[in-house]
Amino acid sequence: MISLNWIKDYVNIDDVDPQVLADKITKAGINVEHVINQKIDNLVVGEITKCTPHPDSDHLHICEVNIGSETIQIICGASNVREGLKVITALPGAILPGNFTIKASKIRGVESNGMLCALFELGLEEKNEETYNKGITELPADAIVGSDPLEYLGLDDTLYELDLNPNRFDCNNHLSFAYEIGAILDRPVTMPNTKTHPIDEKNDVTIDIATENCYMYNAKVVKNITIKESPNFIKQRLLNAGMRPINNVVDISNYVMLEYGQPLHFFDKSKLGSHIKVRMANDNEEIITLDNQKRILNKEDIVITDGNKPVCIAGVMGGLNTEVDENTKEIVIESAIFNPYNVRYTSLNLNLRSEASLRYEKGLNYEYCHLAIERACHLLEKYAGGQVLSGTTTYDNMDKKEKNITVTKKQINALLGMHLTNEEIEEQLRKLNFPYQKEKDTYHVSVPPRRLDIGNYPADIIEEIGRLYGYDTIKAELPVLPTKKGTYAPKTKFRKDISKHMRNLGLNEVRTYTLISEEENKEFNNNPDNSIHLLRPLIKERSVIRTTIIPSLLKSINYNISRKNTDIMLYEIANVYDKDYYEETKLAFAIHGDYIHSTWQNQNKEIDYYLTKGLIENLLDYLGLNNRYTFRLSDNLPKEVHPRVNSEIIIDNEVVGYIGKVHPIVSKYNIYVGELSLDKLYAKKVRPIKFKELNKYPVIGKDLAFIVDNKVTSDEIIKVIKKSGGKLLTNIQVFDVYHGEKLKDNEKSIAFHLTFEDNSKTLTDEEINILFNKIINDVTTKCHAVLRDN
Amino acid sequence: MEQIKKEIQEKINNIQTLEELNNLKVEYLGKKGKITELNSKIKDIPNEEKKNYGMQVNEIRTLFNNLYNKCKEKIEEEVVNRRLESEAIDVTLPGTKVEVGAPHSLEKLIEELEELLMSMGYDVVEGPEVEKDLYNFELLNLPKGHPVRDAQDTFYIQDDEILLRSQTSPVQVRTMLENKEKTPIRIICPGKTYRRDEDDATHSHQFTQMEGLLVDENISLANLKATFDVIAQKLFGKTRQTRFRPSFYPFTEPSVELDISCFNCDGKGCPICKNTGWITVGGAGMVHPKVLDNCGYDPEKFTGFAFGFGIERLAMLKYGIKDIRTFYTPNDLRVLEQFKRKDSE
Repeated sequence: MISLNWIKDYVNIDDVDPQVLADKITKAGINVEHVINQKIDNLVVGEITKCTPHPDSDHLHICEVNIGSETIQIICGASNVREGLKVITALPGAILPGNFTIKASKIRGVESNGMLCALFELGLEEKNEETYNKGITELPADAIVGSDPLEYLGLDDTLYELDLNPNRFDCNNHLSFAYEIGAILDRPVTMPNTKTHPIDEKNDVTIDIATENCYMYNAKVVKNITIKESPNFIKQRLLNAGMRPINNVVDISNYVMLEYGQPLHFFDKSKLGSHIKVRMANDNEEIITLDNQKRILNKEDIVITDGNKPVCIAGVMGGLNTEVDENTKEIVIESAIFNPYNVRYTSLNLNLRSEASLRYEKGLNYEYCHLAIERACHLLEKYAGGQVLSGTTTYDNMDKKEKNITVTKKQINALLGMHLTNEEIEEQLRKLNFPYQKEKDTYHVSVPPRRLDIGNYPADIIEEIGRLYGYDTIKAELPVLPTKKGTYAPKTKFRKDISKHMRNLGLNEVRTYTLISEEENKEFNNNPDNSIHLLRPLIKERSVIRTTIIPSLLKSINYNISRKNTDIMLYEIANVYDKDYYEETKLAFAIHGDYIHSTWQNQNKEIDYYLTKGLIENLLDYLGLNNRYTFRLSDNLPKEVHPRVNSEIIIDNEVVGYIGKVHPIVSKYNIYVGELSLDKLYAKKVRPIKFKELNKYPVIGKDLAFIVDNKVTSDEIIKVIKKSGGKLLTNIQVFDVYHGEKLKDNEKSIAFHLTFEDNSKTLTDEEINILFNKIINDVTTKCHAVLRDN
Repeated sequence: MEQIKKEIQEKINNIQTLEELNNLKVEYLGKKGKITELNSKIKDIPNEEKKNYGMQVNEIRTLFNNLYNKCKEKIEEEVVNRRLESEAIDVTLPGTKVEVGAPHSLEKLIEELEELLMSMGYDVVEGPEVEKDLYNFELLNLPKGHPVRDAQDTFYIQDDEILLRSQTSPVQVRTMLENKEKTPIRIICPGKTYRRDEDDATHSHQFTQMEGLLVDENISLANLKATFDVIAQKLFGKTRQTRFRPSFYPFTEPSVELDISCFNCDGKGCPICKNTGWITVGGAGMVHPKVLDNCGYDPEKFTGFAFGFGIERLAMLKYGIKDIRTFYTPNDLRVLEQFKRKDSE
């Protein structure tokens, strides 16, 4: 949160409308998400001229309030209301936070024409027990009756709530934000006052930096400080930034952090002593932090010690053992820069993320590291009566290599697709406050250390110039490239073709979640141990990467059944992964209800096993795999599949998937499911389409039926027929299956229509009869069948 | 002769069925038919009258045939008409629909974009969802411990090594690395992505991205702008205006947000665009030189742009879907079937 009143300390924006400015800033890449105007209309300073108890209440008072233009009557329930008090008066029409509009009304029968307010009621102070008990806000006697009380208190601020891109986290700090505004408005930035009056006594702190993860460490000593409440402006600015004021000393450290982005830490010198050693923590080393929690450290954490025990977890939180309290008189101020990765690791590891640690993690500007400690001393002198000891104890191992980037006008215009002149380029660099040297059309730009986000590439400078100049001047221009038609990766095309075919067959495509629960992982899955488990799932319902899609589809089927939707046919194509990260693209489907709906004709076709099989056969035929697949009852399928109504799908002796009815224990409805590996289908080589001339000679059809045991499958008989029939038998079709009174209970009759043809001549009856008899003979002997002759 | 002619005419007029007609044909033209008999008598006719006689018999034959054919046609037509009449149905009863299934709304939108971009020469490339940290982050200028990784809180499978990809950008990296000749690239990569977000109306732990990458010589932000114009106008109408807003992505420099003028209010301000007149639909930028370098492309020679869209966001805007969970659960048929039809162009 940025306070514009605070910004005004560094850059002049008095003549700019806050909303217009916000739009300009957003356009330049720093998102101002909300502009919050703290100004409230219809608030005036009032003076209570008469205060009498309300006749019908033991705590309400009737107040006569002079608001300058007139005197009005207001009922007030605050405990501190009394005659002579100057108060914040909300008049009818004032809108308080929560969209609460003040209106003239009667309270227990007595007229009330406004409200006497506390700051928390105006959203300017935290509402808590303490502020509540204070009652209405008591304004100092010099407040002018009839004037704007918020202006008087310096609370008429405008706040910007920012939605920052992660590279510009520095804009959380008022000084960096002021530089942005300076660049956008082309105005100079005034640095905060860091002047101090050191006393003759010398800072005696010694530091020993025993880790390369501490880049810079500055320490100063301030003595004779008085702990008290902060001045209003500090309190208000902290509140606006979402921080709670504590006392002047603690508040100053936070204030400087919000100003420079440099977190400071204050130690009580009487508890710390005069020696500081920064080192990596030992494994299992302990410290009790300011929040009174015991923390167990490890050797990735950086600690500040007194030479012996830890007194602070670097960048994260101070130790209780050196805390500044109400009796503290002398403090050591730390302003340091640590390895951001370590701070990040520690704060994540201890789950201790604070305003300070967030700033350390993003990296800090060494210039501000020096300035911030001076600024803190300046404020401590001014607002805590502190005396600054002379000298700063400094360790400096910072990489201060200046970033110099060379960029040409040609590069700038080529990348942006703009036509900037030298003058325009130079104007942007000047506004950015980036020093540069110019050689014709070449610019050697040096990047100030406050801009940690800028890298080493010309593109980094080009982006700055572009965003400041404004992208709205870019003229759209399609790239001039060789014309070509894009294509799908072959496997993607294959998947899309199959997907479309499934839709043509009437199934609806769905997308369900890849992540499932432990329980779901065990459904329709013979090998649940083969799944990937996330290291840190968000919720247990989404903790495993699925290896089958069917359970998710079944859920959707059940949902639709419960919503009385009928004829539900769903499919999904998705990638699944096993624990060796092996990826497989699977096609799964789940179907229920009528495939064809024709109710009034009594001709509904309900989905059954054979229709399900037909759908898959249709797909496989489409893929050019006819005559290469078989369906075989399997006892290896997941337990949720009906053990007698299922089949594995086998192509060229390889199992590519299965279909089956859902086990009646799993669902009382007739639901059919299936899952196929698209990778396995994709791997099947298929010949290109070649036209076959039609046979000129007559085609001869013959029917025959066999009585066999129920256990004999049609496939077994067809195999025998096929073998006996040889090349001249070109088609075999089952046209009837019969169980019934003419047969024994364990028998069935299957009837076949056979087609014979020879494309080189007309077949004679004799030839056919020989073949036909051979078929009958073979089937009767091999399948224990009896020819049915009627 | 005249008597016969008259007789034929009378008889034919009384005929009702094909059977009667055939009987009549036998009566006159059969082996013992009247006309046949007349014809056979010709041998008894004196020579000088033969010619005349023959002509008269032929005349009768022709007359018979003509009348016969006419009558046959008439009867056949009546038969057909009676049959048609008997087959009359109530054509307003419901038809027997063989239903086709609907594509998923996300797939529908992806294919619309694919079709457009393939026509502009972009190949469609896909990559794995279980991905290496190296491709998802490191080579994209997001080293380990980089705070920017926070914004994409990721599902890890193996710490620092294997994850569920948080973006489709690793496909760009893979494509650049796999192109050993380092020739120009024009690809789009649609796919599923995952982040540790709690599911609510606007957040989903699983979502879909489509990224585009164009790497060539002399590619500029102006080229990106024109490409975005084409996409925005295809998806949201020919009158759409577009806008770049400066932004940040670690793998592009400069980076921009892609805004379109609000299709609902045309920029006047409405709840959909939160009264700004503009809607952000994606992110883009010029490929970061570091990324080009990481992937073996010389940043001195090549430049390129990359863009990315959240397909759910586009679909929510385009179709007016309020809750992102609608795409994944519970898959109510009444939702799915709304995307069965062809969309308007």
